[in-house]
Formats: sequence, C-alpha cells, structure tokens
Amino acid sequence: MFFKKLFTRKKRKPLRVDRGMLLFDHTSDVIRAETLLKAEGWAIQVMGPPPEIQRGCDLVVEFPLMEQMRILETLKAKKVIPLEVVPVAGPLLLPVDLFHTKDFGDYLMVRAANMKITIEKKTRIIVNISGGGCPDVPFLAEQLTGKTLEEAPKPREIGHTLCGYALQLAYEEVERQCS
Amino acid sequence: MLLIAGTVPDLNFPLVFGPALLEGRSLKVGEHRIPVLRGTPALVAAAIQASRFAGSEPPHVLLAGDTGRGGGSRLVYQYLVENAAHLGADTLTFHYLQPEVDWHNRILMALDALPRPPVRIADAGFMYAAKMSGYASAYDLFTPDVGELAFLADEKAPHPFYTRGFILHQDENAPELIERAYLHDNAAKYLLVKGASDLFASRDQIHWRVDAPSWEAMEAMGGTGDTLTGMASALIAGGMDMERACHLAALANRQAGVLAKPTPASQVAAIVEVLFEALKQCGQEKIRDHE
Repeated sequence: MFFKKLFTRKKRKPLRVDRGMLLFDHTSDVIRAETLLKAEGWAIQVMGPPPEIQRGCDLVVEFPLMEQMRILETLKAKKVIPLEVVPVAGPLLLPVDLFHTKDFGDYLMVRAANMKITIEKKTRIIVNISGGGCPDVPFLAEQLTGKTLEEAPKPREIGHTLCGYALQLAYEEVERQCS
Repeated sequence: MLLIAGTVPDLNFPLVFGPALLEGRSLKVGEHRIPVLRGTPALVAAAIQASRFAGSEPPHVLLAGDTGRGGGSRLVYQYLVENAAHLGADTLTFHYLQPEVDWHNRILMALDALPRPPVRIADAGFMYAAKMSGYASAYDLFTPDVGELAFLADEKAPHPFYTRGFILHQDENAPELIERAYLHDNAAKYLLVKGASDLFASRDQIHWRVDAPSWEAMEAMGGTGDTLTGMASALIAGGMDMERACHLAALANRQAGVLAKPTPASQVAAIVEVLFEALKQCGQEKIRDHE
C-alpha cells in the first residue's frame, strides 16, 4: 500500500499554486491581453478554463500570481480590463499544439485543430481558409484570402473565437515554415 | 421543407427568414443578396442545387449577420425558440453559429415540445454546442470533418481547439474516433464524416466509405464541406432516406471536384456551379423511393 501511494504521488502533477487566471468577456480581449503582456516580456500562457469557472469566454490568460499587481497595471494602462482574477486551483486545458502540413506543390496547407490555411508558396498569398465552426471563420476568410502573409491582418487581431485563435496558430506555423 | 439556420459574415446583415434563391454567384433572400463565398451561404447554395435536382421546394433560411461576437447567432437562437411551432420545417440544419450551450438547450426543448419535431442536422458551431451540452444523441445527423470528429471523440474537449494531442485527428484514425465518439455519447444517431474518405456511420457500424472520385485540392478549399452538408440536407428533406442521401451527396461533391478541376486556390463558388450536373451524373436512383 505504501509503495502504491508513493508511486501515485510521484505521477501526480504539482498543483500550480503560484499561477493565476485572468478571465475576460471575449476571446478578442484575451488575445489583446496576451499580445500586450508578451510584448512586455511576461511569462504568460493562453489556456482553457477549468469547468468550474462559469464566467468569461473559453480562453484564460495564465500568469505568475506574484506579479498580479504589475500585470493588472500593464493591462489597465491599455484599457484591457479582466472580468476577474482567480488563482489556478486545478489543471487547465491545453490548446492544441499539433500541426498537420500538406504540400500541394505550388501551395502549402497547414491545419491546427479544426482550422486550415493554404498559401501559394511563390507569392506567399493566402489562397484559402477552411474548417472551423464559429461565425468569425467566414469573416476571417474574407479578410485574409487574396492577401500576402505580410499584408493580411493577423487572425488574432480581428478574430473573436477559439476558431479564430486556432487559425492564428495555423497562420504562425505556415509563416514559420515559409520563412 | 428544409430550414437552414446560420450566419453571414456581415455585421449589418439583419435577421432574415424566408426562401433562398440562387442567382449567379449570389443568394437572394427577400431583397437581400449574399455572395456565395463559403460558410452558410455555400451550404445554402448547395442545398438549392440539390433541391432542384430532387424536385423539391427550395430551402428556407434563417440568417443573421455575425462576425464572431455572437450577436447575430443569438438573434437566430431567439427566433427559433420563439417561433418553433410555426417554422414549418421537416428538416432543420444548424450551421455556423456561436456555440452557446444555454441557447442550444432552449432550442432543443422547444423542438422536443413539437408534435412532429423536424429531422435535426448539425454542423460547425452548433454541432460543437450540441456535443458540449451532452445532448448529441438528440440529433439525427452530425457532419464533422476529421478534425471535428477528433473533438467529438475527446470527451473532455469543450471545443476542437482543446482536443487532446493523443487523439490523432487523421483520416486513417476515423474508425477509432467514431467508436470513441459513440462510446461517450458524443455523436448523433448518424455521422457523415467528411475527408479524404467520406464515411457514414452509426453506433453499430460504418455503413459505407467513399474514396472516389477524388480531387485532392478540395481539401484546401473553404466551403467544400459545407456544400456536402447542404446537399445531404436537401436530399433528406426531399424524401430520400438518410444513408442514401448522404451517399449521393458525398459522390456528387467529389464529382463536382472532377468537373470543376479546382486548384488549392480556387473558391467554392466554382464547385457550387457544377453541383447540379454532378448530382445528375451520380444520381441514378429514384429520389422519392419511399413514396
């Protein structure tokens, strides 16, 4: 029994008592907060909220709790105000981190979760965006298709949902592969 | 009558309800014109082509403008709840809508209260809400692509964005993903899985798999999954049984690729234009075989 307990304890992930969550109304606010805080060099990560969190959208910003005051000041200065700040008391959902790439010869397609982006390699023009289910996907597709990676607005700047965020990840991956 | 509930990516587009017509590369609903680029307009356009093929009335649509904040989706939801008894739909297809479980549940209750609830088909955002709600089995058909199938298979994921990495979303894993989705009651009565192979499945078996004809570039094109769901919806509403309707829709969608010969840079309107011809070429069987 002792050995079983010891083994179980070793496998369990440590509780992240030093981390907090910033909750926001909209995914677009989460994305703005992430952009601001990363630009300032904070060690933050966008995650999924635990099921017991009933407020806010489907993304949270996980941050070092000890830095709460300075982080809130940074956000307040840019008028990005979280709904609530709560300590992390359990495991958070991890965003998808696997990419699927398909080479069509002149074109390259990258899929992240349910979102796909395809570019023409020679011109770096975004030729198609597909997948997704949230209503900003057709909007994002209209805004990005036909533009180069440099000209197009970043999905994170004009998207509002998790599909928009997944497209951002696919966009970053295709940009990385074509750099 | 088929009713399609969804959104268009224009914040100024009001809530509209009525029959949809296809004029060139645009939809016409009342006085409103909507370009067929992708998303719900592509689904509606394909449904119009399939209705024409089936000899049934064109679909009705319930649409509102939404670019991701959810305002237009909520207008659609509210209309459905308040008018459920007067929609007159035999088949109801839900599409690009903000996934909100509370609204989803209210709609499901309103539909369940009807003496003859419509056939329920869910794709895209509303399918996400249906899975999250725990009432996936209340639906007749889900039409996921393989990425969305992985989400249905992951009992813990509240959105495809959080599908856990060990659940591999690749075409060759589809049978295991289907089994897992049913194991956790996260699938509709039938699944039409859209991908390099299209599959039709129920809890007990994979009924069929279609691999050919195949036009690879379609995978990259936005809206080619929507056209498949749109055709299947219209054929079901036209009286064809679900399995055969999905089979014909899958074949015709693929045949449209062969006819249009798109590149990965082509837009879905090129596919929509040849769907009627593709349906004619693939549809050898009598439509209203149940009559």
